[in-house]
Amino acid sequence: MDFATLLQILDSTVRLGTPLLLACLAGLFSERAGVFDIGLEGKMLMAAFCAGAVAAVTGSPWAGLLAGVAGSVALGMVHALASISFRGNQLISGVAINFLASGLTVLLGQNLFHLGGRTPSLMKEGRFQPITLPGAETLREVPVIGPVYADLISGHSILVYLAFALVPLSWWVLARTRFGLRLRAVGENPAAVDTAGISVARMRYLALTITGVLCGLAGAYLAIALSAGFVKEMTAGRGYIALAALIFAKWRPVPALGATMLFGLLEAVSNRYQNLDLGGVVIPVQAMQALPYVLTVIILAGFVGKAIPPRAGGEPYVKER
Amino acid sequence: MQTAPAAPATTRGAATAPPAIELRSISKAFGPVQANRDISLRVAPGTIHGIIGENGAGKSTLMSILYGFYRADAGEILIDGRPVAIPDSQAAIRAGIGMVFQHFKLVQNLSVLENVILGAEDGPLLRRSLARARAELAQLARDYELEVDPDAIVEDLSVGHQQRVEILKALYRDARILILDEPTGVLTPAEADHLFRILANLRQQGRTVILITHKLREIMEITDTVSVMRRGEMTATLRTAETGPEDLAERMVGRKVLLQVAKAPAQPGPEVLRVEGLRVTDDRGVERLRGIDLSLRAGEILGIAGVAGNGQSELLQVLGGYQRAEGRVLLNGAPIDLTGRRSDGRSRRARGIAHVPEDRQSRGLIMDFAAWENIAFGYHDAPEYRRNAILMDNAAMQTACARAMADFDVRPPLPMLPARAFSGGNQQKIVVAREIERNPDLLLVGQPTRGVDIGAIEFIHRRIVALRDAGKAVLLVSVELDEILGLADRIAVMFDGRIMGERLPGQTDERELGLMMAGMAEGAA
Repeated sequence: MDFATLLQILDSTVRLGTPLLLACLAGLFSERAGVFDIGLEGKMLMAAFCAGAVAAVTGSPWAGLLAGVAGSVALGMVHALASISFRGNQLISGVAINFLASGLTVLLGQNLFHLGGRTPSLMKEGRFQPITLPGAETLREVPVIGPVYADLISGHSILVYLAFALVPLSWWVLARTRFGLRLRAVGENPAAVDTAGISVARMRYLALTITGVLCGLAGAYLAIALSAGFVKEMTAGRGYIALAALIFAKWRPVPALGATMLFGLLEAVSNRYQNLDLGGVVIPVQAMQALPYVLTVIILAGFVGKAIPPRAGGEPYVKER
Repeated sequence: MQTAPAAPATTRGAATAPPAIELRSISKAFGPVQANRDISLRVAPGTIHGIIGENGAGKSTLMSILYGFYRADAGEILIDGRPVAIPDSQAAIRAGIGMVFQHFKLVQNLSVLENVILGAEDGPLLRRSLARARAELAQLARDYELEVDPDAIVEDLSVGHQQRVEILKALYRDARILILDEPTGVLTPAEADHLFRILANLRQQGRTVILITHKLREIMEITDTVSVMRRGEMTATLRTAETGPEDLAERMVGRKVLLQVAKAPAQPGPEVLRVEGLRVTDDRGVERLRGIDLSLRAGEILGIAGVAGNGQSELLQVLGGYQRAEGRVLLNGAPIDLTGRRSDGRSRRARGIAHVPEDRQSRGLIMDFAAWENIAFGYHDAPEYRRNAILMDNAAMQTACARAMADFDVRPPLPMLPARAFSGGNQQKIVVAREIERNPDLLLVGQPTRGVDIGAIEFIHRRIVALRDAGKAVLLVSVELDEILGLADRIAVMFDGRIMGERLPGQTDERELGLMMAGMAEGAA
C-alpha cells in the first residue's frame, strides 16, 4: 500500500468517523448524567431528514443544520419527558424514538417530496463544502507533511472541524466546570446532587438538550455534508455503533475520539477494499462491510476490559423517604 | 467565620441566647399515618442533643422536615430565634443546617474536594472553588480532627473517612447546626470514638449537634440533652445527666424492657458444625474468605463480630448454600457439598440448617407476597403443606402462619397481609418464626435485629437463647457489639476474611474486640 492510498483511507476514516464521533459525544453527555439513550439512532435520522429537507427547500446548509438540530432536540425532549419527568423506562423510550424516527422520516419525505421517502438531491450550495485550510496548496510539495496537511487535515467540511474541536471542549466542560461536576455527579449519585440543593431533573434535561444538539449535528452532517440529501434509514445503525464506541471509550471524551475513529477506519477499509485478496484467499465484500458490526459485538461482549457505566444510569431518580 | 453572635463558645446555652433550633407544634401526616404529632422542641446553641426512639417513631420524618425534604402540615421552625421557612434542602443549607445521612450522599468516583464543593461552587469554573475548599479543609482538619486526604477518591476511603467527608461538606457550607442520623451504625468502636471527639469539638466551637440514634449508650456518652420519641410524639425531653438507659428504654417502648437477655450458662454438647480452611473468591478475583476455621457445638451460640464487609456475609452465604467455596464444612460429622449440585439452600435445609439472612427484605422475604406464603418459603414442599404430588395446601400454610404469628407475637396477626405491610420488627419475626419453627440443628442468624425496634429485639433474643437451651447450635453474625456480647457464649472476630481470634464474653470488652475488629491485637491474650 503506498502513501497516497494510506492518506486516502485515513481521509475517509475522518469523514466516516465524524458522525460517529458526534453521536458518541452526544451519548456521553446523556449517559454521564445517568440517562441511557439508545435513541441516538432515531435522533440522528430525524436530524438528517430535517436537514436534508430544509436545505433542499431553502438551499442553505446553515438553515438545514439548524432544522436538523431542532428535529433532534425535539425528539430528545420526548425522551427527557418520558424518562425524567414521567420516570419511564429509558430503554423503551429510546426504542420508541428510533421507531418513530424511522417511520416519520419516510412518511414526511414521501408526502413532501414524492421521491419514495428521500429528499431531493442537493445542489452544491445546499451542502457544506470542503474547506481548504490556508497554505494547503503551497505546502503540498513538502514531502510527507505537505500531503498530510493538504489531503488529510485540510479539505473537510466545517462540521468535521467542529466535531474534533468538541472533543477537548467536552473534556474541559466535564472536568473543569461547575456544570460538568454536577453532570458527572448526577449520573453517579443523584441523591447526593439532590441533597446539595441542585435539581436532578434540571441537570438531566440540560444534558439531554446537549445530546439532542450533538445528535442533530451528526445527522445533519450525514445528509448535507457527507451525502447530498436524505435517504431513508441513512443512519444505518451508526447510533448503535456510537453507543458501542462510548462503552469502548468508557464514557470519556478523548478515548471516544479514538474509538469512533477506529470504527471509521473499519468502514473506510471495507469501502475501499471491496474484495480483499490475501494471497489466494479472497475475503468477500460482505465480510468487510460486516467488520464494524463484528467489532461492536466484540466490544459489547466485554472483550475490552471492564467498562463501568455511570452508576445511576438507566434509573429514574425518585426521592427517597 | 463563626456566627451565632448570641452564643459565645464558652457559655454553653446561656440563658440569654435564643435556642439554636426551636420547633413549635410540628405535625406531619402521610395519608392516614400521623408521623409527627404536635412536636415542640428547643435546643440550646452549643449543645449536643440526642433524639432517641424506635423505628417508625418519627425521628427521621422530623429531621427531614428540618432539612427541607418534607413540609410540615402545621407548625413553625425557628432558627436562632427567627422564624424560617424551609421548603427545600437549599433553604435548610442557607439557614445553616447540615445533615449527615445514614446512607451517605457522596459521589463515589469523585474526589473528596469535588464532593465537598458540589452544589456550593463559587462560580461556573471549578479552579477557584477547589483552591478555596482545599485551604478550608486544611483549616477544618486542624480545628476538629477531621483529617481526610482532599484528593482521595471517595470510594477508596474507609467508611469512617467517608463520614468525615459528609461532615466536612456540611461545615464547608457553614452549617451551625449539624444533624447526624444513626452515624455509628457502620463504624468500628475506635472510629465511633473519633466521631464523638469531633462532635465534642464542634460543640466547643459553639455549633449545635443533633444526634439521632437508637443506641442508648451513645446518648449517655455524648449528649447534653435528649428527647424521646414514640409513635410520632415527643414523649420527653430530659437532661442526659438526670436520666439513665433503663429510664430511656422504658420511655421509648412505653413499658419496662430487659436490656440484657437473661440466660443461663451454656451447656455445650457434641460438635455440630466444623469449618476448615474455608475460602471464597468473588467475581472480581478478590479473596473474601481467606481460610476460616470454626467449631460450633450443640447448645452454644457462637457470635461473629466484625465491621460490615469483612467476610461475615460470605461466611453466612456459604453455610446457607448460595455461595460456592473451597474448604471443608462438616455438619454433625458429615461433609457438606460446597461446590456441587447439592450446594443450595434447599439441600442445606434438608440437612437441618436454618438461615435468617442478613438482608431480610431481599433474601428472607418476598415483600409483595402474603405473610402465609412467606412463612412457607423454603419449606413449601414439606408434606404438611402439600395436598398431593402437584397441588399445594394453601389452607394448611395459612393455618400454620396464623399459629406462628400468635406464637411470635407478629402484629397485626393477619396471614393475608403482604410482607411489605409489616414493620421491620414484625417482618423479622416472620422470618425468625419460619426458621426456628422447623427446629433446626444449626441456626444461622445474620443481623437479627437490624432495623428492628427494641421491643422486638428483646423478643427475638429470647427466642434465640431458647433455641440454644433446647440443645441447638446457633451461629450469630452481627455488627452490633452489644448484641454479640449479650447473646454469644463464644465470640470470634472477623477482619479482612480471617478470624482474628476468639474470646469469651465474660473475659473481654468492647475495647479489645474493637481493636481486633480493626485488624489489630492479633494473638494478644
